[in-house]
Amino acid sequence: INHIVHNGGLYKRPFNEAFEETPMLVAVLTYVGYGVLTLFGYLRDFMRQWKIEKCQNATEREEQKDFVPLYQDFENFYNRNLYMRIRDSWNRPICSVPGAKVDMMERVSHDYNWTFTYTGRVIKDIINMGSYNYLGFAQNAGPCQEAAAKVLSQYGAGVCSTRQEMGNLDKHEELEKLVARFLGVESAMAYGMGFATNSMNIPALVGKGCLILSDELNHASLVLGARLSGATIRIFKHNNMQSLEKLLKDAIVHGQPRTRRPWKKILILVEGIYSMEGSIVRLPEVIALKKKYKSYLYLDEAHSIGALGPSGRGVVEYFGLNPEDVDVMMGTFTKSFGAAGGYIGGKKELIDYLRTYSHSAVYATSMSPPVVEQIITSVKCIMGEDGTTIGRARVQQLAENTRYFRRRLKEMGFIIYGNEDSPVVPLMLYMPAKIGAFGREMLKRNIGVVVVGFPATPIIESRARFCLSAAHTKEMLDTALKEINEVGDLLQLKYSRRRLVPLLDRPFDETTYEETED
Amino acid sequence: MAAAGQQWVLVEMVQAFYEAPTYHLILEGILILWIIRLLFSKTYKLQERSDLTLKEKEELIEEWQPEPLVPPVPKDHPALNYNIVSGPPTHIITVNGKECINFASFNFLGLLDNEKVKSAAQASLKKYGVGTCGPRGFYGTFDVHLELEERLAKFMRTEEAIIYSYGFATIASAIPAYSKRGDIVFVDEAACFAIQKGLQASRSNIKLFKHNDMADLERLLKEQETEDQKNPRKARVTRRFIVVEGLYMNTGDICPLPELIKLKYKYKVRIFLEESLSFGVLGEHGRGITEHFGINIDDIDLISANMENSLASIGGFCCGRSFIIDHQRLSGQGYCFSASLPPLLAAAAIEALNIMEDNPDIFQTLRAKCEHIHKALQGISGLKVVGESFSPALHLQLEESCGSRENDVKLLKRVVDYCMNSGIALTQARYLEKEEKCLPPPSIRVVITVEQTEKELDKAASLLKEAAQSILN
Repeated sequence: INHIVHNGGLYKRPFNEAFEETPMLVAVLTYVGYGVLTLFGYLRDFMRQWKIEKCQNATEREEQKDFVPLYQDFENFYNRNLYMRIRDSWNRPICSVPGAKVDMMERVSHDYNWTFTYTGRVIKDIINMGSYNYLGFAQNAGPCQEAAAKVLSQYGAGVCSTRQEMGNLDKHEELEKLVARFLGVESAMAYGMGFATNSMNIPALVGKGCLILSDELNHASLVLGARLSGATIRIFKHNNMQSLEKLLKDAIVHGQPRTRRPWKKILILVEGIYSMEGSIVRLPEVIALKKKYKSYLYLDEAHSIGALGPSGRGVVEYFGLNPEDVDVMMGTFTKSFGAAGGYIGGKKELIDYLRTYSHSAVYATSMSPPVVEQIITSVKCIMGEDGTTIGRARVQQLAENTRYFRRRLKEMGFIIYGNEDSPVVPLMLYMPAKIGAFGREMLKRNIGVVVVGFPATPIIESRARFCLSAAHTKEMLDTALKEINEVGDLLQLKYSRRRLVPLLDRPFDETTYEETED
Repeated sequence: MAAAGQQWVLVEMVQAFYEAPTYHLILEGILILWIIRLLFSKTYKLQERSDLTLKEKEELIEEWQPEPLVPPVPKDHPALNYNIVSGPPTHIITVNGKECINFASFNFLGLLDNEKVKSAAQASLKKYGVGTCGPRGFYGTFDVHLELEERLAKFMRTEEAIIYSYGFATIASAIPAYSKRGDIVFVDEAACFAIQKGLQASRSNIKLFKHNDMADLERLLKEQETEDQKNPRKARVTRRFIVVEGLYMNTGDICPLPELIKLKYKYKVRIFLEESLSFGVLGEHGRGITEHFGINIDDIDLISANMENSLASIGGFCCGRSFIIDHQRLSGQGYCFSASLPPLLAAAAIEALNIMEDNPDIFQTLRAKCEHIHKALQGISGLKVVGESFSPALHLQLEESCGSRENDVKLLKRVVDYCMNSGIALTQARYLEKEEKCLPPPSIRVVITVEQTEKELDKAASLLKEAAQSILN
């Protein structure tokens, strides 16, 4: 199905995004499944309270038994009774570089996941479909690692001071100039943690009397930053431009809620690729709206920088737009660059302001030098400035892998969410028991996947999420696809009815889409 | 049967109708007519929706002018021009092209350019690469992380430890994981900014008590107790916490921990201790303020510290009993939603811990140097020393302010520049003036490390005396 979008003239390329509707039977069975688990949960709690079953939880100290309890029993109900049962799908310890293949430490549990013991054996060469290694820069050999090793022996591992005091190294200045050149903006600033970049800079940009319009499915760091800023927050439906436009119109016409004074400024928070849905933001429409209503755009490219666009410069290049249209371009170095940290890019006044007033510049330690060097080398590689075409080749390989993998999975009959070009591939599982089963079955077949359930996703929409990488060869993908096919048949995961009815695409009011069926 | 019953009811109704007084019938008739009118009238719309026409709305949208995204920053703003350090920020540091002795980096134990630490980090780099490419829950847990957590727990003699990848995020994620809306937190006025952000994110009731003033804290606790007696049901579910720092960053003194423990058991409040500056500094083996005072570590509910000072790495950790720490693995925002610590930094921290355990006499050396400089800096005209005698991070504040904060900052900058030109690297303590709850006065930060020799300490003290003489008098 090709969607010809309402604002068709803004898109220079087809935008194929689909979220197939949950089949009715599956939804009902999922609720039944959760109901059964809840009943059993109550039963087990009852047995634990009456000492019929041993309570494995850690408990409060004897001397502090009469203090107000630290955790409400109910808050931990989900944790104790549902999460504990399938806890072995998460926090799996690895002991090699998180590349395309990874070594995992084997762990077993003799008491149903309450405690784990390591057998000492290492499971080797598991195909890694869970790490955010989009361009394959998670390597322990090669030019990036060598440069980082040199800088490590010269500078040491830590910095021991903040940017504004004595922690601003020449390496940081070099990195910021390079990032600004890479993104095509005037200037940039780098921080030590991606999460902290959002939660410490949004409060510096907006405050009381400002309005934040944030997407429904924004990441926890954006939500925390918006809350800490003290501005009013309004939420628009995921990737729904009509909902956003209505909120913008209402905000400007009616002003602040009770005083009716005009808003000081309006900031729209969106992400490049949403990591749980695999959807790409409708950037041309967002920018058109932003210009029409004179608001500011904050784009979080945590997953899309390096992963989208013909030369890896992110979602702005993917749509062929001008980076100067985005007021605040934020991103992280953890995913495509194989390092750690975050950055913000924009006009010089913005970055000067952040250098002075950002919480991170004043109170938080600056980035570690070998990490900075890794970023510098990988950015140069992607841009092609190190004299090779490795960067370009990797970006193309990732795009090919994405298209191939998604096409094959859809052909097999799984329900896959998201945009055709996003390297994040969510495969719907729905039922709680299948979450644990899928993770374990795939591990038995030497493939490491990530499964997510409530509360990261809505309660009936649990999913397995594959993160593709340029380091995956076609053979690895074919092996993975074969195993996924087997497990899909075993667990009856092929829910798709091949009628790709767009669910989340439905417009907010009565504007119609033209649809052509294949 | 049913029909007969219905007929019987109908007869009763008609009879009642005849027997009712007239005014009653008229009133009921009016009420019925009113209900019919309400049913058929249009729904009531809010005034503004129906008032503005489409054209008026478009005009409003045209007219509205937002503020610029950021206000312009003047070029000579003191915080805008950073010092550029070329090369590693070690004992001899090259700032803005000049070689100086470093009195500004929190490298207390001199582990920043320790060869063993660097080689451990190199080995880790060769094995794992740089980044972890994922949060702890999704293939971002490496065996180095697990080892570091075990070693930290063993070193601090607690059950469990949890590491974060950013020092600021450690306490800012730990507090909101336990304290929610409706809970009460008693916090010292001089608490650092990370604690303030953690408290803001938690949405709890914050009660500030005067710095290190136990009488003030007790007054607040007593007030809370009387409140509780008025509403015992609410009191039974309201959690209470006291958040203090071991060694305060803003004032350089320590908290009176034994009295706090007494208050804890008397009023049933939990204690969260932030030990960023005191970890690796206080105590016989560097275990922090609990070792300094000889207190049982289980009495403190949560100890949080960052590894960026004494351990010369990046990141932070929390340690305590498993009952408390395990909760953060699912509800600590900076832990669950953020990538894990790069393995080379974790390996560097493990090696630094090894060195700390093998050489417990460096803590004594550090303390002796702190005492030395504390004494040497006394008696500078115009500057007073703020901080305990064994604190490695001191502040030098102006004895008399010259009126405005801006002028104080300019004056202190001249002192700092004088010292930098003569080979001692110092810095002013930086704050976000509009965001801090209790803004400390402007000051110069003096940091003592184990690598500084007595001669260098004396040189620094005499240089500061000279600077104060020439600039402040």
